[in-house]
Amino acid sequence: MSEGVVRLGEVTDFPPDPVIVAGLRSGDEAVFALLLDEWSRGMLRLARSYVSTAASAEEVVQDTWLAVIRAVGAFEGRSSLRTWVYRILVNTARRRGERESRTIPVSSVGGERPDGDRPERAEGGPEGAALAGEVRELIEQAVGTLPSRQRAVITLRDMEGYGSDEVCEILSISPANQRVLLHRARAAVRDHLAAYYDGKGGP
Amino acid sequence: MNCDEFAELVTAFLDDALDSSSRPLFLDHMAVCGGCAGYYGRFTATITALGELPAPGLSPQTRSRLLTAFRETSAENSE
Repeated sequence: MSEGVVRLGEVTDFPPDPVIVAGLRSGDEAVFALLLDEWSRGMLRLARSYVSTAASAEEVVQDTWLAVIRAVGAFEGRSSLRTWVYRILVNTARRRGERESRTIPVSSVGGERPDGDRPERAEGGPEGAALAGEVRELIEQAVGTLPSRQRAVITLRDMEGYGSDEVCEILSISPANQRVLLHRARAAVRDHLAAYYDGKGGP
Repeated sequence: MNCDEFAELVTAFLDDALDSSSRPLFLDHMAVCGGCAGYYGRFTATITALGELPAPGLSPQTRSRLLTAFRETSAENSE
């Protein structure tokens, strides 16, 4: 784990939006760093629903934060700050995903950036240790094959733990549609696990 | 309620989004059908496991690039 990382479970007094927004507008770097460390993991996972590589997802998250820095003066508080940031992310990621699918075959995207070789996942955190490596790999495999809309919903709901209202707002979808996408995604992941265990004669 | 219908409604049940007529049928079916009770258990275990996946963070280079961009933009704005 890199230093300065704030883990979700440890944050009991994350500042309310008006404090955060005022801090960003006045150039308080500690406030910006707190947001970066708190939200970027979830943003990377969500971006990965739309683009083909981890390196590409990282660029989407970077572009999103740059847009947030430029636009935070115009944030009107009609949604929560997090929803606003995530909506910028989704728009950025979708655009990039569409561009990728038009221009490059997915199979050839591997080395698009010289420094794109960072490890795919953080090892050894408390969450990582709780989940057996085999199950974790199966789940990541299954999530990786989901259509982007399903992947976005299951990422936000089950991997990040956001409520359905916020997910609907971030993705601009109805509650009924959100539930259908979530259910299909969950069932696909469960089926993938079941197929594996059935094949092994396991639980 | 049959087993296929039960399987389709698990997420709606977990979100407390079943209407007042479907909810007791869902619970009744689970009480009498061992297969569906097992399905329900594996379904919720999958959701729990999804919440425990480790998530990678930004690379240190990107993080420091963004902090620099924030500093520069703030300096420009205050000029």
